[in-house]
Amino acid sequence: MAKNPEHRGLFPGALEIMILQSLRLRPMHGYALVKHIKHVSDDLLQVEEGSLYPALQRMLKEGLLEAQAGISAKGRPTRIYRLTDAGIRHLESEVVSFERMFAGITRVLGVAGV
Amino acid sequence: MQLFSRILNRRRRYDDLSVSIQEHIDERTDELMEEGMPRDEAERLARRDFGNVTLLRERSREVWQWRRLETLLMDLKHVCRRLGRSSGFAITVVLTLAIGIGANTAVFSVLNSVLLRPLPYPEPEQLVSLHLNAPGAPGLAEFRSELRLSASMYLTFAAHNRVFQSVGAWGPGTASITGIAQPEQVNTAQISGGVLETLNVPAFTGQWLTAADQDAHGLGRVMLSYGYWQRRFGGDPDVVGRTITVDSQSRVIAGVMPRGFKVVNYDFDLLVPLAFDPTHEILAGFAYRGIARLRPGVSLAEANADGARLLNVWMDSWTNPLGGDPHWYLRWRITPALQPLKETVVGSIHTVLWVVMGTIGVVMLIACTNVANLLLVRADARRQELAVRSALGAGRWRIARELLLESMTLGLLGGAAGVAVAYAGLRLLTRIGPGDLPRLNEISLDGRSVAFTLILSVVSGLLFGAIPALRYAPSRQRLTLLGATRTASASRERQRGSNVLVVAQVAMALVLLIGAVLMIRTFVAMRDVDPGFSEPASLQVMRLSIPETLVHDGTTAVRMQNSILDKLAAIPGVSSAGFAASVPMSGAEPNWDDIFPEGVTYKDGVAPLRLYNYVSPGYFHTAGTRLVAGRDFTWAEVYGVRPVGMVSEGLARELWGSPQAAIGKRFREWESMPWHEVVGVVEDVRENGVDQVSPATVYWTSMTGNPLVPEKLEARRTMYFAIRSNRAGTQAFINEMQQAVWGVNADLPVADISTMQDIYSDSMARTSFTLVMLAIAGAMAMALGILGIYGVISYAVSQRTREIGIRMALGAKRSELAWMFVRSALVLTGIGTAVGLGAAAGLMRLMQSLLFGISPLDPMTFTAVPVVLVAAAALASYLPARRSAAVDPVEALRAE
Repeated sequence: MAKNPEHRGLFPGALEIMILQSLRLRPMHGYALVKHIKHVSDDLLQVEEGSLYPALQRMLKEGLLEAQAGISAKGRPTRIYRLTDAGIRHLESEVVSFERMFAGITRVLGVAGV
Repeated sequence: MQLFSRILNRRRRYDDLSVSIQEHIDERTDELMEEGMPRDEAERLARRDFGNVTLLRERSREVWQWRRLETLLMDLKHVCRRLGRSSGFAITVVLTLAIGIGANTAVFSVLNSVLLRPLPYPEPEQLVSLHLNAPGAPGLAEFRSELRLSASMYLTFAAHNRVFQSVGAWGPGTASITGIAQPEQVNTAQISGGVLETLNVPAFTGQWLTAADQDAHGLGRVMLSYGYWQRRFGGDPDVVGRTITVDSQSRVIAGVMPRGFKVVNYDFDLLVPLAFDPTHEILAGFAYRGIARLRPGVSLAEANADGARLLNVWMDSWTNPLGGDPHWYLRWRITPALQPLKETVVGSIHTVLWVVMGTIGVVMLIACTNVANLLLVRADARRQELAVRSALGAGRWRIARELLLESMTLGLLGGAAGVAVAYAGLRLLTRIGPGDLPRLNEISLDGRSVAFTLILSVVSGLLFGAIPALRYAPSRQRLTLLGATRTASASRERQRGSNVLVVAQVAMALVLLIGAVLMIRTFVAMRDVDPGFSEPASLQVMRLSIPETLVHDGTTAVRMQNSILDKLAAIPGVSSAGFAASVPMSGAEPNWDDIFPEGVTYKDGVAPLRLYNYVSPGYFHTAGTRLVAGRDFTWAEVYGVRPVGMVSEGLARELWGSPQAAIGKRFREWESMPWHEVVGVVEDVRENGVDQVSPATVYWTSMTGNPLVPEKLEARRTMYFAIRSNRAGTQAFINEMQQAVWGVNADLPVADISTMQDIYSDSMARTSFTLVMLAIAGAMAMALGILGIYGVISYAVSQRTREIGIRMALGAKRSELAWMFVRSALVLTGIGTAVGLGAAAGLMRLMQSLLFGISPLDPMTFTAVPVVLVAAAALASYLPARRSAAVDPVEALRAE
């Protein structure tokens, strides 16, 4: 498991939630997703292609996303990923649990800082 | 369906993925170019940033796959491709396995159908046969393994038992059917009430015989077998209620039994009611076979206990006609020994079948060893590849799995082809199998046989695949070493594996060969036995019955038989003719009783039981049964009902010391019977087969007085006619015989037409069948074993070419080198022989009951077979070893 690149730097589930959140704003294709996350996070977060595509496939299989044929900004055929209703529900519940986790972590860190 | 759509769907997913990745790289390239990078550099950079496209694609695809299954399929594809490339190897292996598995499946199907499958009656586990032992009745064992039931016994059992749902008595018989086409003698099953109820198979059409049909004062109806119904009535559904002339009496047809229905193991044409008359039955007349259906929950032991009680009731309830003590039979110590009906049906054939199954199984093992050896050679050739793969991180299990997958694929392919072989083999088996094989018509390839094939295929695949897999999937350190043995002389590892296989093969082949030779010696010993008749091929036999309903008077019946004999003797090419109530080995129901020689008193009045036969003058001469002392009967004695008799040589010696001394001595059967004088002594006859003892036999003339009605003469009405002619067996001759009989009376059917040779061969059928099977197996085993030795030595020679070259360069003689290889083969053969001799000594005991006139540890066989095997092994190793002598040292050294 240690070799698996998708866990390097990010904790489990972080990549998925970022993909879901990004796609909620608007449907995108793969490369646009990478750029979007990089841009929004001010280059703090780098999504690795090695993790992105398997993650996308997993989420497709779970029914959180759907893929449609589309045209990229450059006019070439590509696949646009879009959130399904299940995806939205999943995202919302994940966000709640993430927030609670962050809150917990923050409190623990706060105590340590005193 | 779902799987199918899922796979289709997957195609689309894969395409989506490829498009996405392509666009990803293209867009990145475009961006880099916009930043001013030249196209090819931008492309390179974009690809490098992206990483390993193929790997990523595979990772992403895995999401949609069942990983284990798909890698397995992938491996399978590799295996098929590899086998396809070496199709010669694949075909050899698959054919070997197909024959091995096919033969095993065929034999298993027979075993399954005969021994394992339940009898084709409802709730067959409740069925028992009423087997009785009578250890106190001396002599009975010479011709019967049990005491049959008398009518009175059956009536007692039926009326007073507490353990049976139903009980019945039956016996095989014959009847003449006239008025349909030509007169015909058919096989009847004479049944008491309770037989159909016990077997409980409903009529195909019409109805069962009822209690009314068993009334001794009426003429009960009859039932047809399905086969006879088809044959004689064309399956006419209106046959029920019609009449049929049975032994000159019109009887109504009650119904037809369904196809395949047999009374126990007896295939009849007609079911006829026995119609016992309870007011006239006596204690004696032990002629019937009893069957019963146990009440649920009743054990055999409980049933036997009840049977013992019933036998006392029997002796209390009935008497014998000439008075005497009804409890006299206590001296016979009759005890019930009920057995499951299946045991009765199957009889002693199970030994033969298990021996054949074991034999064929061993051949399969030998074939597996050969295949394992081939696979070892193949795996050895892939040693480098496997070592490289191992070095690159392939796990032990991964490599072993691939090797096993290859062997299992071969096994399953062999199994699939084996089913076809089994189908053909089964037809062959049922044809060459012994004619008395029980349940012959039930033999088929069923689900269990197919499951057996499948298991055999997989297990054999695992078996011969395990050896290379264990050898070539060891820990990583050893594998790297394996790869480095390229320059070594021979792979010791492989050689050792092969050696063990050769030793096993030789041992197994030796066991089979010894078995085969013992069977051959048995067969020869049986052929050497004087059966009590001569030149069976020119002895024509047929059976003929004159029913009382056709000819009432005994003397007239005998005159009719006499004139038939005269007509038969007048046929061109006939040298003599005679008749007897039973001919040897024909399986006719024996007639027996005790005799009391003049001047001898037996303790408690229990005299040994003797086999009875009734013969015409000239019968012994015709059959070629040697007259040891005295003379034959004369017709004057027959018609005059003179008190004369003949005895077998063994009986003469037992009673009077010698055949000559027996002449003129007298004996009788019961007190009021006139003393009968012994006029002749004939040689012993093997009545029950050459491997059985010759029973002590008393020969009577064919007409005797009746102890109850002295003025009535009783003629034996069913007789086997024996005709000596060099035309025996030809159709023209059989037609002339039939015409001769019809020349005397047109209503007389003849039956069971065969030559004595056929009867003789049939009686040896089990032995010859076992012999053929063992001989085939032994020959195959020997061929495979020799091939194995040849292969191992050839391989050793080819692997050690360099070594041979060095040895030669150092001055070794060519003959010494050849001897080196032959010696190694002989060592292997020697070890295999030693192991095989030990195994054979143990296993041959299991065959004891199949052997005759020879010990299972026959020293000659146990010496000769190993000598032959070792000689063959020496030859098989010498041929490749000779090649080592032809090695040119210069070439050999340069070869590396």
